[in-house]
Amino acid sequence: MAKIPVQFRLNGSDRAAFVGPSDNLLTLLRRGLNDFGPKYGCGQGTCGTCTVLVDGDLQLSCLTLAATCEGKHVETVSGMAEGPVLHPLQQAFMDHFAAQCGFCTPGMLTAAKALLAANPNPTRAEVIDGISGNICRCTGYDAIIEAILAAARGGQAKRTY
Amino acid sequence: MLEFRKDLFAAERDDNLNIVGKGAQRQDMPGHVTGRSPFFDDHAFEGLLHLKVVRSPHHHARIRAIDTTAAERAPGVKRILRGADVPLNKNTLLSLINFGKDDEPTLAVSKVSYKGEPVVAIIAETEQQALAARALVRVDYDVLPHVFDVEEALKPGAPVVNETYPNNYFEYHDRYDHSKLRFGDVDRAFATADFIVDDRYQMSPIEHAPTETNGSIAAPEQNDRFVVHSCAQGLFFSLGTAAKILKLESNRLHFIGGTVGGGFGGKVDSLTEPLSILGAMMTGQPVRYVLDREEEMLYGSPRGAERIYIKDGILRDGRIVARRIRSYFDAGAYTRLSSYAAIKCTAHLPGPYTIPNVSADIYVAYTNRCPSTAMRGFGITAVDFALEVHMDKGAEACGMDPMEFRILNAYRDEDMKAHRRVAKNTALIECVQVVAEKAGWPLSDEARRQSSLTGGGGARALIPATPIDDNGRIGRPETRTGPATETLPAGAMRIPMTKQPIMEGSAEARPTPAAVPQYEPYRPTPASMPPAYQPMPAAPPPAMPPTAATAPPPAAAPAPAPAQPTQHGAVRFSSVFGTRRR
Ligand code: FES
Ligand code: FES
Repeated sequence: MAKIPVQFRLNGSDRAAFVGPSDNLLTLLRRGLNDFGPKYGCGQGTCGTCTVLVDGDLQLSCLTLAATCEGKHVETVSGMAEGPVLHPLQQAFMDHFAAQCGFCTPGMLTAAKALLAANPNPTRAEVIDGISGNICRCTGYDAIIEAILAAARGGQAKRTY
Repeated sequence: MLEFRKDLFAAERDDNLNIVGKGAQRQDMPGHVTGRSPFFDDHAFEGLLHLKVVRSPHHHARIRAIDTTAAERAPGVKRILRGADVPLNKNTLLSLINFGKDDEPTLAVSKVSYKGEPVVAIIAETEQQALAARALVRVDYDVLPHVFDVEEALKPGAPVVNETYPNNYFEYHDRYDHSKLRFGDVDRAFATADFIVDDRYQMSPIEHAPTETNGSIAAPEQNDRFVVHSCAQGLFFSLGTAAKILKLESNRLHFIGGTVGGGFGGKVDSLTEPLSILGAMMTGQPVRYVLDREEEMLYGSPRGAERIYIKDGILRDGRIVARRIRSYFDAGAYTRLSSYAAIKCTAHLPGPYTIPNVSADIYVAYTNRCPSTAMRGFGITAVDFALEVHMDKGAEACGMDPMEFRILNAYRDEDMKAHRRVAKNTALIECVQVVAEKAGWPLSDEARRQSSLTGGGGARALIPATPIDDNGRIGRPETRTGPATETLPAGAMRIPMTKQPIMEGSAEARPTPAAVPQYEPYRPTPASMPPAYQPMPAAPPPAMPPTAATAPPPAAAPAPAPAQPTQHGAVRFSSVFGTRRR
């Protein structure tokens, strides 16, 4: 099958690849471009572990055709930190013990980033809504919600457990 | 909010602990929040091939023929694996500690015993090509009757699920159809009880549903070794299992793992590693075998379902005088870890209560369901659910507050447990008191004054006379009805073996030990063997008490037993099964 050339920005750098017409962005990122930040959890849009930002919008990369990313800016968890300096959300996740196995964490962080970009001061209910597309089987969510709220407050909140 | 109660378990608590009770950052946290934690699938390989399996669409069927010619010619297909390609195509996980017979093929050959059982593996250049070729494999099945119900499976004439265990039950010590606990005389005690509370509990299988599905990548490494990126929860368990199935020296396998995207017990079965490695051996290229979400949910092994019958005899004052339990653990089609779950269940009975007469028969039954495996306290969790619901019913029957009913019946330090071990460091009473307080549940002054440290021992430390009934002692259904043959005198620690095994064929069916020379388990010194029976050449010791095979029996009650030194590793694990080692 004929391959389609696609060029886009990935976490600030230009990337190019040839993709099949039915290839999804998740497979391209992981197997084509070696960005292992987004994870495969279901491949059918139900778990959120593959969440990325495309031009600032939350997207499930497993359901995004790679060819549609032409000319766009794709952001994944791998580009969140500035070198060794963690993003405030990453620091808050660490401080609040918001990851156990860590498999949902890339998707959670990306969803949280989109949430705070749109709504810098979310209520608890808005945080819950913001991560409602992301499944975590380990933490029970509470630590994640606290971490996101703390990051929104400037990361100063004290850890409660 | 965590609260550390140093007043409970005071004797166990060290004051100089560096980590316990304090917050500590996870070592893997920086990797998790930056997306750099190396899960098994987060590794790039040149020429990575993808493996997909053809699964049985039937619950139970004989395989008449497998035709892979069309699939072999499909685009991108590199290799097709069949059962005959698997060097040792029959394994049971706990064979690494010599427990149970090899019963599960990696790829089914002559029959399938559950829906979703792998039959053929396709290795292709892309996942899509592997999936496309999978649809071209033709398997001709002869559908057989299936059985899903644990008790139906044990009835004579039920379809034989697993030919290694033709009676549809796991054979403890090659001949017992169940794991068993006897303490005192339940029948006599039931006759003295004011209330009898009898009920049945049934749970469903539970899928772990980890966010990361099961999978592995295997690749040829230098020096004729294979590197294996694995999600296994027990990395060396998986390494040993793969080495055995592939008949490889374990030093030819280089397993890398430990970063597990959620396991909860569902990643101990080595579901993918043997086939990935075999694929890498056959193709000379890296092979990735990952379950998709549908496979994970349907065919990743679940927590096994259990059916539990509990009958309690209770006196008017609330004391439980007898408890009888009959439980059926649904192993699914193959053993995996169910045999171990049932032993844990038996060892847990009758729950944290001092009950002078206890009788339990725990069966592991094979059904045509997906094989079940470990999951967070498996073997214990379901029976605890049943026991605690039953406790509430018992409290209701005798008109007592359920919290006080538990405090009254709770075990206390120095009590004799039904396994003929002395209870130590008990704290159920205190736990109930704390829970009642936190929940604002009123307790009587009397209940609040109770303590696990006092009131135990004495008469509660005696081992009662125990009639030995013949119910299911020998692994043949028709012998289950025999009369009680003898009574074990009060104070006796173990039940001597009185019968020769009558189950044929099981000894020959054992795997050849040569298959896993590197796992020859530790042999205990003769001094550590229990003296109470004469080991026979083909006969492991009896199941009762199941925990006592390598530990010397403690002194007769009421003197509390001295603390046994803790053993570690395989010895301790095997001792749980009472399995005799080669
Ligand atoms: S992998 Fe995309 S939503 Fe689950
Ligand atoms: S931390 Fe394991 S799934 Fe969220």
